Amino acid sequence: MALTGVLRPGHVAIRVLEMAPALKHYTEVLGLIETARDDKNKRVFLKAWDEHDHHSVVLREADEAGMDYLGWRVDSPATLKKLAADIEKSGLCTDFKWIPAGEHPKTGERFRFTIPTGHVMELYAEKEKVGNCCGVGGENLNPDPWPDNLRGISPTRFDHSLLYGDDLDGTVKLFREVLGFGIAEQVMAGPSKELMIGAFLSCSNKAHDVAFIRQPVKGKFHHASFELGSWEKVLRAADILSRTHTSIDIGPTRHGITRGETVYFFDPSGNRNEVFAGGYIYYPDKPPITWTDEELGPGIFYHDRKLNERFLSVFT
Amino acid sequence: MIQFEITIENTGEIFRCATEVNVLEAMEKSLCRGIPVGCRNGGCGACKARVVEGRYITKKMNRAVVSADEEAQGYVLACKTYPQGDLKLNAVGDKARGGIEHGAPSFSFDFTAKTQVDLRYKER
Repeated sequence: MALTGVLRPGHVAIRVLEMAPALKHYTEVLGLIETARDDKNKRVFLKAWDEHDHHSVVLREADEAGMDYLGWRVDSPATLKKLAADIEKSGLCTDFKWIPAGEHPKTGERFRFTIPTGHVMELYAEKEKVGNCCGVGGENLNPDPWPDNLRGISPTRFDHSLLYGDDLDGTVKLFREVLGFGIAEQVMAGPSKELMIGAFLSCSNKAHDVAFIRQPVKGKFHHASFELGSWEKVLRAADILSRTHTSIDIGPTRHGITRGETVYFFDPSGNRNEVFAGGYIYYPDKPPITWTDEELGPGIFYHDRKLNERFLSVFT
Repeated sequence: MIQFEITIENTGEIFRCATEVNVLEAMEKSLCRGIPVGCRNGGCGACKARVVEGRYITKKMNRAVVSADEEAQGYVLACKTYPQGDLKLNAVGDKARGGIEHGAPSFSFDFTAKTQVDLRYKER
């Protein structure tokens, strides 16, 4: 197969202040599907409808909002072992730990590590396929295009996260040189534009699988994003957000960076969510796009053309 | 509906707020602007304030932005604060806090004014 190594961001674990309103938001407004519950550790596992894997979002009730960790699906147990060794050898990461199979339901062992920007990441090779409920007369057999009984915004998948941290150079080096990602777009600043302040990284054909912004913090979470099929569905999502009195951050609008059409909003614990459509196909040989700090306004919100303080400065 | 008077001392703005409405929502609906608006959901810390006078109750707030000690000293997130009487408060949150210590650098892309090491982040 052509797409190897790290395949996709497979799960994001988000801390919520109270589970009941969080679950209502993620299932009824966003429209994810609950697949498992772990009462002992106050966790609920969810997936988007078109994902085949058992879960892609983990909610955990805690006293602090933010992200616990981001998990990456790799192509095989052999790749998991190899990348784990490469990460340890790189000297870029800390706090290595193997999490035994079954700690997440229906999931194999996970290799956990902390990256230079302070975020906890995981790699794993196995998670049970539970299907997308579209098959007729059998899973994945003669499927319908979408299943019945979708609720709320109902995105197809968890797509990417944007994270804030200080050592952007170290994290970008790790993702490019150890994990095999490419840079789709970068934001450069300083008098001669030599300082990278934003990196949009892809391990696939997506315009980004993860993005990092340089800020003087460790391990902060800007948003988790979910994919919609069209601009009209972004508009419909905003209708649902308003109807349900969900706290909207900004949108619907378009990004210059990645070209996505987007609306941002907050879960009941203040963690930012995005639903988006569009973008482009990324290939590893695609020349990176560079944005300069002066043009970051239209880079982030193409129509407003100016920086939005809340969008930039609010995170968990 | 019982309504109380909320005073933002930083700006002198005064607006009314019912017991079942949070202070930030009442402020936004009154078109007042003294308290920065962030996530509106108790997570980001943008609307952090210190109540200097009056009774109130709060709902659960992100411990990363309001510590237990601070909460005991009257620090709140306006989006999670419900008045039980007239309130006087001061907005204290930087919009960029998100768990950063007070007075720490805020978010900025102002990279052009100083040298590279210093210009990464604008000091508030």
